[in-house]
Amino acid sequence: MTATAEAPSKAGEVPSFDVTLRIQRMDPDGTPDHPAGEEYWEEFTLTMHGTDRVLDALHKIKWDVDGSLAFRRSCAHGVCGSDAMRINAKNRLACKTLLKDLNPKRPITIEPIKGLPVEKDLIVDMEPFFASYREIMPFLMTSGPTPERERLQSPEERARFDDTTKCIMCAACTTSCPVFWTDGQYFGPQAIVGAHRFIFDSRDEGEWDRLEILNDKAGVWKCRTAFNCTEACPRGIEVTKAISEVKKALNTGVV
Amino acid sequence: MTTAESKAPEVEPLRPIRSGRSRNHAEQWSWLFMRGSGVLLLVLIFTHLFINLFSGDGVNQIDFAFVAGKWASPLWQIWDFVMLVLAMIHGGNGMRLLINDYARRTWMRKTLKTLLAVCVTTIVVLGSLVIFTFDPCPLDASGDLLPGVPTFCEDVR
Repeated sequence: MTATAEAPSKAGEVPSFDVTLRIQRMDPDGTPDHPAGEEYWEEFTLTMHGTDRVLDALHKIKWDVDGSLAFRRSCAHGVCGSDAMRINAKNRLACKTLLKDLNPKRPITIEPIKGLPVEKDLIVDMEPFFASYREIMPFLMTSGPTPERERLQSPEERARFDDTTKCIMCAACTTSCPVFWTDGQYFGPQAIVGAHRFIFDSRDEGEWDRLEILNDKAGVWKCRTAFNCTEACPRGIEVTKAISEVKKALNTGVV
Repeated sequence: MTTAESKAPEVEPLRPIRSGRSRNHAEQWSWLFMRGSGVLLLVLIFTHLFINLFSGDGVNQIDFAFVAGKWASPLWQIWDFVMLVLAMIHGGNGMRLLINDYARRTWMRKTLKTLLAVCVTTIVVLGSLVIFTFDPCPLDASGDLLPGVPTFCEDVR
C-alpha cells in the first residue's frame, strides 16, 4: 500500500476519480464543534483509484486527513470480520467493497452497524452480540470417553452443516435484522447460525440443549424471515435457511 | 516469566441477557398456530368473498335477506364463527408479537397486552352472539311478528 503510493504514478495505469464519503461520527468525549455523544455527519472528498476499497478510503482519511476517525479492522482481507459497517444503507465489509461498485459519482454513506451501542465513530460495543453467541454454547459437547483418534465423520455428514461453518462473526447479519433492531432481546441470526453449526454436526451430542435454548421466547420464533441476514452475509451463508432448519428440527423433533 | 504474567486472563462470568424463559414451548405453539390458521383463513376468507361477491347476482345480492338466508344454515353459522375466531386470534397474536417487539417498558407491554386481550375477547363474544342468536323475524309476546320486520317474514311463517 505505502510502497505503491510512493512510487511515481504513470498516467492511465489505474483510473482515478474523486469520491465523497459521508461518515456518521460520534465522539464520546466531544469535539470543539460537537458535544460529547452527539452523532453527526462529516464529508470527506478523496481522490481514489478503481482498485481501491472502502477500507482504503477510510485508511486514507485516518492516515492523511483526520486521524481522529475511529473504525475497526484487523486482517483487511475479508477473513477476520472486524470491519462490518453500514455502507450505503447495506451491511458490508469495508475491505470487500470496491468504491467503483458503489457509484462514486454520489456521496457514499458510511454508518456503524445498527442495533448495537456506538462507542466511537464506526466502532460499536459487540458485547451483546458475543453474549448471544456464548449462550448457545458454541463448543463440542460429547459424552463417554474421549476417543484416542479423531472423531470420524462422512463427507455427507460434514456437508450437512458446511454452510454455517463459514461464519466469521462480523455481525453484519445480526445488525441487519429488523427484529434485532427493535428491542435487542432476540438472539440474532448469527447466534442461530453458530448453533446450527453444532446442532447438525454428527459428532456433537448437545443438540437438544442448544435447541432448548433456541426455543426460548427470544429464540428462533422471533425470526420473521425478512431475509436481511442472508442478503447481508459477506460470506454468502444462507442464514434464513439455517434458521428455518432449526425451526424444522424443533417442530419435527428430528435433527 | 513471572507467575503473574503466566496467569490466564480473567473471564467475566456469563450474564443472562434474555428476558426470561417461555413456558412450555408457548412461542413454538404460537408460531405453528400462525402458519396453520393462516392457511385455513386463506381458504375461509376467499370462499366467503366468492360466495358473497361473485356467485349468484354478485355484489348486488347482499341485503338483509341475503345475510338472513345464509345464517339460516348451520354451515354458514359455523363457517363465519370459525372465520371470526381464527381471524381475531391470528390478528391478536400478530399484535402481541408487535407489542413484544416495540413496547420496551414492562408496564407498557402489560397495559397494551391487557387492552388487546379485552378487545379480542369482546369482539369474539359479540360476534358469536350475533351469529348464533340472529333472528330475522322476531316475534312479540303474543306470537305476532314485530313491526318493521322484512316482508319475507310473512312467507316464512
